[in-house]
Amino acid sequence: MSLKQKDLVSIADLSTDEISLILDTAEKIKQDPASVSSVLSGKIMASCFFEPSTRTRLSFEAAMQRCGGSVIGFSEARNTSSAKGETLSDSIKVISPYVDAIVLRHPKEGSARLAAEYSQKAIINAGDGSNRHPTQTLLDLFTIRECQDKLDSLHVALIGDLKYGRTCHSLVEALARFGARLYFVSPESLAMPQTICDKLKLAGAKFSFHRDLSEIVDRVDILYMTRIQKERFGGGEVQGDLSGCMLNAEKLKNAKPSMRVMHPLPRVDEISTDVDKTDHAYYFQQAENGLYVRQAILKLLLGA
Amino acid sequence: MNKTLSVQAIKNGTVIDHIPAGQGVKILRLLDLYSNKTRVFVGLNLEGKKQQKDLIKMEDTYLSDAEIQQIAIFAKDATINYIKNFEVDGKSKVDVPTSIKEIFSCPNSNCITRSESVVSEFKVHQVGKSIALQCKYCEKSFDHEDLESKL
Ligand SMILES: [Zn+2]
Repeated sequence: MSLKQKDLVSIADLSTDEISLILDTAEKIKQDPASVSSVLSGKIMASCFFEPSTRTRLSFEAAMQRCGGSVIGFSEARNTSSAKGETLSDSIKVISPYVDAIVLRHPKEGSARLAAEYSQKAIINAGDGSNRHPTQTLLDLFTIRECQDKLDSLHVALIGDLKYGRTCHSLVEALARFGARLYFVSPESLAMPQTICDKLKLAGAKFSFHRDLSEIVDRVDILYMTRIQKERFGGGEVQGDLSGCMLNAEKLKNAKPSMRVMHPLPRVDEISTDVDKTDHAYYFQQAENGLYVRQAILKLLLGA
Repeated sequence: MNKTLSVQAIKNGTVIDHIPAGQGVKILRLLDLYSNKTRVFVGLNLEGKKQQKDLIKMEDTYLSDAEIQQIAIFAKDATINYIKNFEVDGKSKVDVPTSIKEIFSCPNSNCITRSESVVSEFKVHQVGKSIALQCKYCEKSFDHEDLESKL
């Protein structure tokens, strides 16, 4: 099995074996970072951020450089040819001969799929509008496997904005492949979309809906918290509902000792800082893992 | 006399029958039957076996496979009758295609296909009785009611 010169557009494009290969590679890199410190020397990654996402960009650029490769690129389209009206397909045709892989962040859904059709080099989707962000999903899977010692048959709760949060959509679809039991905690107005629930049913996944994380905290292995973007609501009517989606140390007292709290970060106030000191907090390890997972993806896609 | 033929008999051509009521007008638009010179007879809200149906008869006009696939998106149970000398000379059921290219534009205004010149493509899923089309690019799913023809 080889991922050489494959594109990474959506997690659904990867077989379960390919996912495992990426996670195993990331694990080796985490254990021995020096082993890959020059594995991509002479290779160039383009970091094309048509909208800003500093954290994702830094993580990719650090990953490439920690593998001995180099990085060119831009952040924000304001000063580039796309501001002058160039199409994405033209930009990709121009950039792809310069480099060995293109990391693409773009505000429009489907941009990465389109770019992959025009690029001779691997396209790595670093977020296409509200659609996909597969490296986030892979680092989440890696982190879950790391802290639970397995990926199969886990009980995973997702909390917060499950309607617009693309992170959650890709993650639950991936977890369904590993037989997870899923719990969706959100206000009614931010519930998991029907189309995703239909896909989960088709995949044979079991899931249930809840308003307050206290209902399920004692039975899950993972609490996956997400940020609720309050600007999505005009009025204050949702605010009252949100308390069930907020976490503090007190609410964790019935949790299993092995239960871990994750969050894609940045957090606002959905996880109070008193959780950080508990053994359950795992979100900073999760952020760190993004580096190893992205190193693994670059190494495999560039065939090193 | 067969109810199907009560609209107006045609000598040679094609009859699209068993179109769910309301979808006939969309198929007329889809096949661009308003503007070309074909003689067309349309029956709307006719009495069908189970429910009301629409019916389209086209004189001296025959459908391509691609056109029949498009009809299937709006009327998956439609039948195509070929008429020769006022008689039914053959019948076929429409087949729901697994994917459909070029015909529809993506209803998602933030989809990349709306701002780049690219051939649209939808995967077609049958969910129970209804048909869902999923954009190959933005991966969003739509009902056929959401779709507008590009043509
Ligand atoms: Zn689309």
